[in-house]
Amino acid sequence: MAIVTPLKTAAEQQLVQQYADSKAELPGGPAVRKLREDAFAGFESKGLPHRRLESWRYTDLRTLLREARPLAGGAAVTAAVKARLDALKLDGLRLVLVDGVFAPELSTLDAIPEGVSVQSLAEALVSPREDLTRILAGPSVGHDDMGLALNTALMRDGVFIEIADGIELEQRIVIVSLASGEEERAVFHRSVVLAGKSTKGTIVEISEAVGNAAQQINGAIVFETGDESEIQHVRIVTCQQAATVEVQSLLATVGAHAKFDSFALICNAGTVRQQHFVRYAGEHTEIGLRGVNLINKAQHSDVTLIVDHEVPNGTSRELFKTIAGGEATGVFQGKVIVRKYAQKTDGGMRSNALLLNDGASMYNKPELEIFADDVVCGHGATVAQIDGDQLFYLMARGLPRPQAEALVLQAFAGEAVEFITDGDVRDLVIGEVESWLKAREAASEVSTV
Amino acid sequence: MLEIRNLVVKIADEDKQILNGLNLTVNDGEVAAIMGPNGSGKSTLSYVIAGKEDYEVLDGEILLNGENVLEMEADARAAAGIFLAFQYPLEIPGVATMTFLKAAMNAQRKARGQDELLTPDFIKQVNAAADKLGIAKDMLRRPLNVGFSGGEKKRMEILQMALLSPSMCILDETDSGLDIDALRIVAEGVNALRDKSRGFLVITHYQRLLDHIVPDTVHVMSKGKIVKTGGKELALELEKSGYAAYGEAA
Amino acid sequence: MAAVQETIDQVKSIDVTEYKYGFVTELEVDKPAKGLTEDTVRYISARKNEPEWMLEWRLDAFRRWKTMTEPTWSRVNYPPIDYQALYYYAAPKKGASPKSLDEVDPAILETYKKLGIPLREQEILAGVAPENRVAVDAVFDSVSVVTTFKKELAQAGVIFCSISEAIQEHPELVRKYLATVVPVTDNYFATLNSAVFTDGSFVYIPKGVRCPMELSTYFRINEQNTGQFERTLIIADEGAYVSYLEGCTAPKRDENQLHAAVVELIALDDAEIKYSTVQNWFPGDAEGKGGIYNFVTKRGDCRGKNSKISWTQVETGSAITWKYPSCILRGDGSRGEFYSIAVSNGMQQVDSGTKMLHLGKNTTSKIIAKGIAAGKSDSTYRGIVSAHRKATGARNFTNCDSLLIGDQCGAHTIPYIEAKTATAIFEHEATTSKIGEDQMFYCQQRGLSEEEAVALIVNGFVKEVLQQLPMEFAVEAQKLITISLEGSVG
Repeated sequence: MAIVTPLKTAAEQQLVQQYADSKAELPGGPAVRKLREDAFAGFESKGLPHRRLESWRYTDLRTLLREARPLAGGAAVTAAVKARLDALKLDGLRLVLVDGVFAPELSTLDAIPEGVSVQSLAEALVSPREDLTRILAGPSVGHDDMGLALNTALMRDGVFIEIADGIELEQRIVIVSLASGEEERAVFHRSVVLAGKSTKGTIVEISEAVGNAAQQINGAIVFETGDESEIQHVRIVTCQQAATVEVQSLLATVGAHAKFDSFALICNAGTVRQQHFVRYAGEHTEIGLRGVNLINKAQHSDVTLIVDHEVPNGTSRELFKTIAGGEATGVFQGKVIVRKYAQKTDGGMRSNALLLNDGASMYNKPELEIFADDVVCGHGATVAQIDGDQLFYLMARGLPRPQAEALVLQAFAGEAVEFITDGDVRDLVIGEVESWLKAREAASEVSTV
Repeated sequence: MLEIRNLVVKIADEDKQILNGLNLTVNDGEVAAIMGPNGSGKSTLSYVIAGKEDYEVLDGEILLNGENVLEMEADARAAAGIFLAFQYPLEIPGVATMTFLKAAMNAQRKARGQDELLTPDFIKQVNAAADKLGIAKDMLRRPLNVGFSGGEKKRMEILQMALLSPSMCILDETDSGLDIDALRIVAEGVNALRDKSRGFLVITHYQRLLDHIVPDTVHVMSKGKIVKTGGKELALELEKSGYAAYGEAA
Repeated sequence: MAAVQETIDQVKSIDVTEYKYGFVTELEVDKPAKGLTEDTVRYISARKNEPEWMLEWRLDAFRRWKTMTEPTWSRVNYPPIDYQALYYYAAPKKGASPKSLDEVDPAILETYKKLGIPLREQEILAGVAPENRVAVDAVFDSVSVVTTFKKELAQAGVIFCSISEAIQEHPELVRKYLATVVPVTDNYFATLNSAVFTDGSFVYIPKGVRCPMELSTYFRINEQNTGQFERTLIIADEGAYVSYLEGCTAPKRDENQLHAAVVELIALDDAEIKYSTVQNWFPGDAEGKGGIYNFVTKRGDCRGKNSKISWTQVETGSAITWKYPSCILRGDGSRGEFYSIAVSNGMQQVDSGTKMLHLGKNTTSKIIAKGIAAGKSDSTYRGIVSAHRKATGARNFTNCDSLLIGDQCGAHTIPYIEAKTATAIFEHEATTSKIGEDQMFYCQQRGLSEEEAVALIVNGFVKEVLQQLPMEFAVEAQKLITISLEGSVG
């Protein structure tokens, strides 16, 4: 039974108006325009995702978005934005988006290595290549997702990166997406990474805000990686306002004999919904999706993923670690699909959560949908508190309670972090985790369970 | 010096009383053994001295060098000099053994108002102590106690005891799960730490550990109390006659 | 190993896709006209001489049902059910409301004999130690034909009778507890059941009584195009204990038959109810023709402190299974358990699981679900474990494993794990695999045939659940599982 929902909330009405007002000026030739129209028609028939939709059961955008903020029209390159970029220590080919718009003057375009091309997505959309239109249409598993549909309809810019066959990146690519945060705005951006055959490299995405105004961010990143490629993606979402609502979609199609890993750290953010739609285009490929969610106060982190094994001999690993204090809510919804011909699939999914005090909640829904018999698939989900015996052991060795807790929590998160192969990026993530724990330690916060 | 006076303890969320007015003194330089049947409250006693939260002290006091430790959290007791070698050392995945050792040593130094150890000094100390106990470098790089054999875990406990140099060492069934060679190594490690400023409380069910760590005093515990005290010959006697005379099956 | 050998012999002795309970008993029956209107509800109520309050209750349910729509969230596919093409009541004409077994139509007694369920007490008693006796309530289509050992049970204060009889004889208990666990409008099928339920069992165990024998109900659907809507209500008063078994079969028919039952369990302070089901409804033939549509609402309410409800189910039958025996852990310190084996073969579709709703303090629950899918079947485990904000100290352990035999079937796991208190400890594990080639090779190298090896490995896979069943049922269930998987290997 299809749930037909008339658009009735203020935010939905505003989105309709915004789309009508801005569709003429949003970039894209006729093919892109059609994509936008189709996507928005889908949105108009279904509305904002709400809790009665299985995949949005625990993150009700209808309730969360009381009003749709005005669309950000361009990059507001403020002094605070520049200062933040100056302070960012991570080396690499830096590509900067401000308020969802590519800012070449802030990017290090002179550092583009041979075999790599970078273009603003807005430019690429004007007369898009045939394959780009196909890629932007997205995989079938994400088709009925309205978070993604809104992104397709309203995406303004982003980066379009191509890595030629055989290129092994010596330095990472860092996409920094900053919200200027001077005013409350809605930002829709999408980036596309096409990595050819036998490519290797790390793509880092950092999503932060500098101002005090809450944002509505809808971002997407699309990967198509070739046979024998090894691509790692690391996302860090931090420094967001409590009232910021951020939806991040990751779409990946991975070639044969390839590796694709994605890791995401969420800390000091507001409401974050991450959704991963991942599929295998070839056999003997390993995909890993991992993440750490550090949430407290009224923060909300939702990780929803679909890993679609359409071909045989695929391996998938998912590992998500959630530490929730305050009144925070953690959500993990993972679905591993093994289709009929995907024999010899090896799938393992885990979600572990530690709740630090009453008031914090965790919702786990690890799903398996299996149609092939010669497979090894498993999932595990736990919700618990910091192990009292471990704490006692550490304290009996002289560690004060906040420090003992920090050590246990860091180790808990570390199990997922250690899969990041790029050392500098791993250190950056560890640093973020440590400072989150330090802040907790400094506030003498201890678990009360 | 450790003095325990009329200690009455129950499990926190239950009505079950475990210690029923226990009295015990361990002097500096003394090695005291506590023997007793399973369920007599030996392990509870060690946990209560170290400050585990699962128990409620209904009466009595525990004094370390004249100071009551009952109001102190476990870390403060550790800093004050109490060391418990666990019967079942905890596995802490993701925490490298070296990281843990450094954190523990520095936390105690900090609590005593001392400066943090310099890394080279720390490594030197650990290596020296590890060598004595036959602990391989590889073990120190692994997460704490994870995948360690029973013998390796017990040696790791003694290594920590050596590095933290406590004034009161409690060994809870340190011999359990050890073969004779491992037992000898562990006992030698303990014996090397014996000196006149340090007390030991060795908790064991069997006499055989006391062949290797020879006690000055032997206490027999039954139903949450010390019921008999004697010299080391008392252990041999118990080995022969069993605990039946003390109203409990062995 | 003896049981394994016996199983294998049994398998060999039957044809592929043979459903041994598929015979039809020819009887004259009483039926209203096909279809469902208020008149049908009145007819059923009148046939049962029900008091006015019961009729009103049914009519209210019927009116509500008309405003509801069939749920579609489960992972099962079937053509729309024409609720107007069914009979809602069917009772054997001969010997209606029998006073004793002598008045029961011999053809019915013969049917139960063929099913291996003797109803004559002297037959049951022969060679059975008192503690191994089982009291049986036999439900044939819409009516309970007999309940055995009523006298012995009455001596212990236990009430065990058909629900129709309970409405007449114990209206105060029925009114106090009926629909307090599964509200009338709980779901589409439960509401339908409330309007048209025909018979079922009623059990009341008074304070402090340990029921002196196992109680069981045996459901048989015989008539064509007839829905079976049974209603069972079991109450264990403070400190009481009862173990209850349920068995089901139906003839082989080309049409699908609807079975929509409601079972409610209530355990007061310190009471324990153990509910076991061996469900062997006709699953349809190899092409998916015929078979029972089984839409069942089973729920237990651990209403009192330290109460316990345990569900054990062995599901081998039905074309479609839609069933989630659940526990509401309301009383502090209460405990819920769910042990399940779901075997599917041919074109069967199973969507089953449990709900453990932790409301009281220090409540615990355990879920062990084993799914075995073969042929072209689809098997889904769907479960919820949730801890309310005030359910401090809630504990759950869940293990759900699926075994796939053949590459045409599907196995799915959809668990919801919701912790709203930070003191909860929930652990969930699930695996899906096929019988390992290494395991098969090992067994075959030791001289077992392929079939024997599968039987052995499957028995190992489900052992933890079988152990929960009373002895004689465990053996029966084990045979049933192997028979259900017959023809799935090679």
